[in-house]
This record gives sequence, C-alpha cells and structure tokens, in this order.
Amino acid sequence: MTLTATSFDWVRQLVHRESAIVLAPGKEYLVEARLLPIAQKMGLPGVHELVEQVRLRPDLSTNRRIVEALTTNETSWFRDGDPFTALTSTVMPALLAARGPSERLQIWSAACSSGQEPYTIAMLLSDALPGAASRVSITATDLSREMVERTRAGRFSQLEVNRGLPAPMLVRHFTRAGNEWEIAPALRRMVTASECNLAGPLPRLGTFDVVYLRNVLIYFDLRTKQDILRRVRQLMRPDGWLFLGAAETTLGVDDTWERVVVGRSSAYRPVRGA
Amino acid sequence: MRALVIDDSRAMRRIVGGILEGFGYEVVPAGHGREALDVMEGGFVPDLACVDWNMPVMDGLQYVSAVRSNPAWRSVTLMMVTTESEHGQIVKALAAGAHEYVIKPFTADAIRDKLALLGLLPEEVTA
Repeated sequence: MTLTATSFDWVRQLVHRESAIVLAPGKEYLVEARLLPIAQKMGLPGVHELVEQVRLRPDLSTNRRIVEALTTNETSWFRDGDPFTALTSTVMPALLAARGPSERLQIWSAACSSGQEPYTIAMLLSDALPGAASRVSITATDLSREMVERTRAGRFSQLEVNRGLPAPMLVRHFTRAGNEWEIAPALRRMVTASECNLAGPLPRLGTFDVVYLRNVLIYFDLRTKQDILRRVRQLMRPDGWLFLGAAETTLGVDDTWERVVVGRSSAYRPVRGA
Repeated sequence: MRALVIDDSRAMRRIVGGILEGFGYEVVPAGHGREALDVMEGGFVPDLACVDWNMPVMDGLQYVSAVRSNPAWRSVTLMMVTTESEHGQIVKALAAGAHEYVIKPFTADAIRDKLALLGLLPEEVTA
C-alpha cells in the first residue's frame, strides 16, 4: 500500500521533532524511497505498514532509523570544489599568518555524512601545506550515528571513491582493504568524529577557525537557520571563516555575518562587534 | 567538446557515449586502441578519450602510451574507464599518462564528477 497522507504527516512531524528538518509537501516520493529498505529489512511489505507499526507500537530505535534515512544526503569528494581551493589558497595562509607558530588550528565539518568532506580537507592540507597539516585538527559531526561510525572507519566503497576523488589522490592516500578503500592512518588521525544535532544545543566541540556547514541550512525553516547560525558563531574564532553550500547564504537570514569573495567561492565571517 | 569512447563492449560504448552526449559531447566510438588511433590520425582529435583497459588488438594502456608519445595530441585528456581496480594498476595507468581513472561499475554522476575535476564539464551543465 502506498503512503497515505496520515502516514506522511506522521513522518514529517517525527523528522521535524527530531532534527528540525522540514519535509515539504510533495516529498512523499523521498519518504517512500528512503524508508522502503527499512521496511523490507523488517519483513514488512511497504512503507505504509512500517509507519503504521511504529505509530501503534512506538520504538525509539526504528524512529531513529527513519530520521537518519531521511536526513542523510548524498555526498562526494571535493563537492563543489571551490570552497576547498579557497581553503589552501587563501584561508589557511591568512590563518597561519595570524596565529602563533605553535598554535593549533581547528576546522569543523558540520554535516560530514560518511566522511568525504573531512577527509577531503585532510588530504588537501596534507598535500598543499604539509608543514601546517600537523597543526590542524578536524572535527567531523553528523546527526546520524551510522554516518559518524562510517567517518571514524575511514573506509569507502568502490562507488564512493569514483565520486569526485582525483585518481592521484586515491593512490596517494588510500590502500585497498578487500572491496573497499581505506584512508591513510595519518589522515584518519587528523579527524575526530562525533554525533551532533545542529538543530539543538551544541556541545562544546571546540573553538573553530574554519567551519564547513554546507548543504545543511537548505533543509531548515528560517527560525532554525537563524538559531543554527547563531550557535555556530559562538563556536568560532572572531576572525573565523564559514563556508555554506552554493545555494545557501546568510543574507536575509542573519546580518551578523559578512560575505567575502574567496577566489570563485564565497565565505562568511563574523561581523566585528555584532 | 569531442570525445572518443574506446571499449570492446558495444553496450559499454553506448552507456559511456550516452552519458557524454547528455553533457553535450560529440562522441565517436572505437572498439580498441588501434581503431581509436586510426580515428585520431584521420583528423578527429578529441578533448577527452574514455579508455577501457582490456581490449583486443591494442589495449588501453598501450593506447594511452601511444597518445602521450605524440606531442600533437598533448591536449587530449585521457580517462581510464575499466574494471581493473587494483592500486598498482591505477598507479601504472597514471604513470603511463592517464589523467583520471573511473572503476566499473560507475554511475553517470561519477563521470560527471570526474569531468568537473578535469574542467571538461560544459558551463551549462555545471550551473
């Protein structure tokens, strides 16, 4: 049986309550596609039956799987490459000049999915600024426990390494591990992964020089976007840099950020005194 | 943009060629490396060649080496598209002069990502 309006509405409310992400009307296809594998694994004939089961017999573990399935997004290496080029060409040189020689630099990949973004940053720094890479810690967070565990493992399927990872980087930084590819231990040590719901109060993850918060805000309503940007700013150095997704901006959302052009990309920096 | 799709599998030539045509490429197929060199010597010098590894008559690695040894073809970007997935094989192809490497099976998005890396995705597709 296909998804009824009542079932869809129940899923929408669950996802909004647990993650603040808004599933707009018309996203029924997404719910069907993402939840069908869960229904099948549980031996149920379809998504409608899955939703009916958890509605009538609440089960936190299944709720979590539903939320994760609907909030985990496709990712690739060097996704929209310009924010990464900007890191090594402009942002890191500026930060290295501004910081003391022994000061550590902290970068936050705030919706790391299965780890492609934090390891892209680690590879870039290791290749372009090998002297500075040892001073950098990368914090990777995601709403999904499964994605955090995958990031910690640093292992990627053949299909995943095909997605935007330059072949010279694949052979330089990965080894084959059965059917998968495993990131070099030195790069894995640069990355610390943990669960974090951006829509709720943030744990004290660090004080960040650079934050990658890309393709996240698009899923939230205006109020939640403002809350997230405010909380992120509280975890940043006053001269820090924030990178958003290509379709995202702070303009019209939160005027305590200044947009700056960095190469072919845009970054946002806290307005002084705001 | 012009592309050569070199693979001994007709189905694979159709798949890769179809993806590239979707990005606006003019595509010419070839069943092995020697046939591809003949096409190029005949005047069709592509911007991109997608090259299978294991083929009769002339394999992909021999083709890559042949293209790289001719300065007139310096502008051709070479991308292996193959089932060969060992670390050492990828190193060997890059050392011979391949610019990129896609391991079969792949998705259209994988080809798109690689073309973007190589700067070979037309602007209207990037936007």
